[in-house]
Amino acid sequence: MNWAETSAGWSWNPLTDLQQIWAFPFMVNAFRAGTVVAVLAAVMGWFIVLRRQSFAGHTLSVVSFPGAACATLLGISAGFGYFAFCIGGALVIAAIPRVGQGGSGQESALTGTVQAFLLACGFLFVALYKGFLGGVNSLLFGSFLGITTTQVTVLTIVAAVALGVLAVIGRPLLFASVDENVAIGRGVPVRALSVTFLVLLGAATAEASQITGTLLVFALLVMPAAAAQQLTARPAASLALSVLIALAVTWTGLIAAYYSPYPIGFYVTTFAFAGYVLARATRTLNTAMGRHRFAGAGAVA
Amino acid sequence: MSAFTHPYFVHALLAGTAIALAAGLVGYFLVLRAQVFTGDALSHVAFTGALAALALGYDLRLGLFAATVLFAVVLGALGRRSRADDVAIGSLFSWILGLGVFFLTLYTTSRNAANGTAGVNVLFGSIFGLSSGQAELAAVVAGVICLTVLAVARPLLFASVDEAVATARRVPVRLLGLAFLILVGACAAEATQAVGSLLLLGLLAAPAGAAQRLTDRPYHALALSAGLAVAEMWAGLALSYYVPQLPPSFAIMAVATAVYAAALVATRGPHARLGLAEA
Repeated sequence: MNWAETSAGWSWNPLTDLQQIWAFPFMVNAFRAGTVVAVLAAVMGWFIVLRRQSFAGHTLSVVSFPGAACATLLGISAGFGYFAFCIGGALVIAAIPRVGQGGSGQESALTGTVQAFLLACGFLFVALYKGFLGGVNSLLFGSFLGITTTQVTVLTIVAAVALGVLAVIGRPLLFASVDENVAIGRGVPVRALSVTFLVLLGAATAEASQITGTLLVFALLVMPAAAAQQLTARPAASLALSVLIALAVTWTGLIAAYYSPYPIGFYVTTFAFAGYVLARATRTLNTAMGRHRFAGAGAVA
Repeated sequence: MSAFTHPYFVHALLAGTAIALAAGLVGYFLVLRAQVFTGDALSHVAFTGALAALALGYDLRLGLFAATVLFAVVLGALGRRSRADDVAIGSLFSWILGLGVFFLTLYTTSRNAANGTAGVNVLFGSIFGLSSGQAELAAVVAGVICLTVLAVARPLLFASVDEAVATARRVPVRLLGLAFLILVGACAAEATQAVGSLLLLGLLAAPAGAAQRLTDRPYHALALSAGLAVAEMWAGLALSYYVPQLPPSFAIMAVATAVYAAALVATRGPHARLGLAEA
């Protein structure tokens, strides 16, 4: 996997470097897929952070592992396994009644159990499919190699549909996320919105898993959005910022993984986490400086 | 009963029983305190700790315990009243997992791939691969965890159910929370050796969740959780022994999930009990 040996190294000239990377069709596909996935993941992640459903997002990402392993065992494309299992998992989570069932401890115990069981199923499929053991790491931790043009097309179509649905339900969803009780009072179908959102989340997770791997989906799905929401409280601005951060993370991750032997999952998580930490630090700094300079003066943008 | 003539099975049974007991006890409080997500984060830290130790040439278990206990202390220090928020935990643990992948690559490329399946073993466990020394040590550590949990059970229960009243009664709530997180860390490191870092969450959450569905009385639930965990471990090991196609970690998880599902179904309907929080 060490491409630095087969091609020229990093030259500090971005133009030549990109030309060189894009000389390989698989890298072009990787960039296309990465871009599509980053945009969808960032937009969905923005709602996840707002709705505090990061645990559900994490569980869904875990579901994608048995999905891909099962598809491989059955001899069909792993992509179908990702989508089928993630959307199925989303429907199961949506079916869990939230009210009057013993509180959040019980709910998260159930989610955690389902998650562990599904990972165990994935491991079973892998164990049954002899000789596939080496593929476990790329399923779990991501790989940008061997993305076909068909896969890019499927990713793009699913992302377009998901973003389209999100655009339609975006406003009521925002309302329901910010103040659920008032939304119910105004006749917003909160429950239906929540189920739709979970299904969309399933699709987004299935997409992100194919780039970052099952276990590191959080990096694309939650971290850019969390960083963006640290930096600005305005919905539109933080949504745009979230997409920008996700794109930057994915592109730099792809470039770094191309030039080094380490897997893309490592780079994407590291860059995304660095972004989140920077955002938090900036906010803390701003608040501290604002307090210091404009003590009592009021609004600091 | 030929299973007991195989040393590997006896070792697995010894370590598995002790680990399940510890996981059942710790898991009960984890669910009661709604800290399952923390257990999840800790479990993934175990992966990175183990692989970092391997990559640097140390014993795997040293890395496991160092990483989980250290992370538990950090979590305790970070979170307000030892309960950190989800996004911060999730981001941190995701990055730590990414770091684990880095160590995995470092290990497999620099050490001539002497143990190519190290990553898979840490993730999904290899309880049938424990040596007698490893099994005995695991059992001793699990025993210490069990005794500590039982020693702090009463004040911890009080602090978990009603934190404000416990604080007013001079129960050291903050200290207990931190001590509990360290126990969870040690338990996560233990369970990693049995079912692997990815599946230990099930071992922690499933028996405890089932026990809390079945009874409202705290001490009964605590005992039931530990008992269920041990029984599930035994059933899983037996299942995996008689059906060799099933990896032991899958068998244990499958039994645990089935028991939890049965508990959910049994307590459904008009006889559904109220949660502890409402009592």
